[in-house]
Amino acid sequence: MHSDFVISLSDGRPMYLQIMEQVKQRVAVGEWAPAEEIPSIRQLAMTLRVSVITVKRAYLELEREGVILTQQGKGSIVAPNPELGPRLYDEEFQGHIDQAARLGALLGLTGDEISRRAREAAQLLSLARPTKETV
Amino acid sequence: MNELSVLFEGVGKKYRHFSLEEIHLELPTGSIMGFIGANGAGKSTTIRILMGLVHQDAGKVRVLGHSMPADQAAAKLDIGFVSEDLRLYGAATLAWHMDFMRPIYPRWDQRYAESLLRRFDLKPKQMIRGLSHGQRVKAALLLALARRPRLLVLDEPTTGLDPVARQEVLEELMAVLADEERTILFSSHNTLDVEQISDRITFIDRGRIIDSDDKEVFLDRWRRLRLLLPPEVDLPKLPGIVQVGGSGRLPVLTTNTFEPAMLSACAQMGATVQAVDTMTLEEIFVANVHSRREGQPA
Repeated sequence: MHSDFVISLSDGRPMYLQIMEQVKQRVAVGEWAPAEEIPSIRQLAMTLRVSVITVKRAYLELEREGVILTQQGKGSIVAPNPELGPRLYDEEFQGHIDQAARLGALLGLTGDEISRRAREAAQLLSLARPTKETV
Repeated sequence: MNELSVLFEGVGKKYRHFSLEEIHLELPTGSIMGFIGANGAGKSTTIRILMGLVHQDAGKVRVLGHSMPADQAAAKLDIGFVSEDLRLYGAATLAWHMDFMRPIYPRWDQRYAESLLRRFDLKPKQMIRGLSHGQRVKAALLLALARRPRLLVLDEPTTGLDPVARQEVLEELMAVLADEERTILFSSHNTLDVEQISDRITFIDRGRIIDSDDKEVFLDRWRRLRLLLPPEVDLPKLPGIVQVGGSGRLPVLTTNTFEPAMLSACAQMGATVQAVDTMTLEEIFVANVHSRREGQPA
């Protein structure tokens, strides 16, 4: 049922971050609707074959960010906040921009060069955009 | 979840050429502990003490509320144990073994045993001696799992398994944990398996526990910092650095107590932080062993 989560061991990022990201994506695209019940920590750990503590960590952070709500003994639901989706993507986008700026600075690029490269990337994407349905 | 299924307090055992010292272990009910150590580090001795097969010289051992080795008969009814030397009779079939165990263990679950036969792709009528290593491990695991023990103790369960069999075994171990009352301790020198499914990790080296914590804590605390130093500047002295590698102006620091404040401390001392790498459990284990060994000669 939830085996559509893909956890990569060679991804380099911690597993709990990967789980958080995939939960957020599901919420962002509306696959997991607000206030809807989501798998329990143990259920998800079993399906993903990752440890309970890893999923627990992901759920704790997701709760802190206001994406989900966990009630003791009752399991977890998606937070009933409809503004959630766009905000999540926006945060992720900002994270990548920050990262790009940091790497650019490492390479010795100026601010103008960094924005030029970002513009080029955006143009490339609009040229070759086969609607991605890989989620 | 706060109950302990396994508790070791100050456990020691001396042999002529090897000794286990001051072993302290806590395994909460409902979790999986990965027990990692090099060959000869003391994993199997610790597990034998847990099972009451070896008697400790010092310290207390409690397993599922029973004191070991005194109450081992009672404890063992609730422990499923699979070790590397897999005590199966070569001249008998797996079906024979299943029939043999069924009347001994009151919680034996025949339907579960049969579903494991299918999932592990095992033939019940085949002689044990005709099985491959992987099939034998899976057969032994089937016999242990079908008893539905409250504690599973597995000594190197995935060693020598092919990738498909390994995933099958890990999957069944995770399925066991669906029940919050069940607990697993497994030893391995394959850190990848341990990293994937363990809640708690314990490192053992040269007969001593060198670190034991939640897996997420390990992965959070350990980082590698790659720095660039300006010419003629000495490497900043920072607390919590367990290893220094790399070369003169491009040092690589390994820390076991990472916090973001470290980065600003580096910057204040004139160093540029080029990268902060997370580490795999294997890298953490190796760095941990090296840093401890440097402190104390063998």
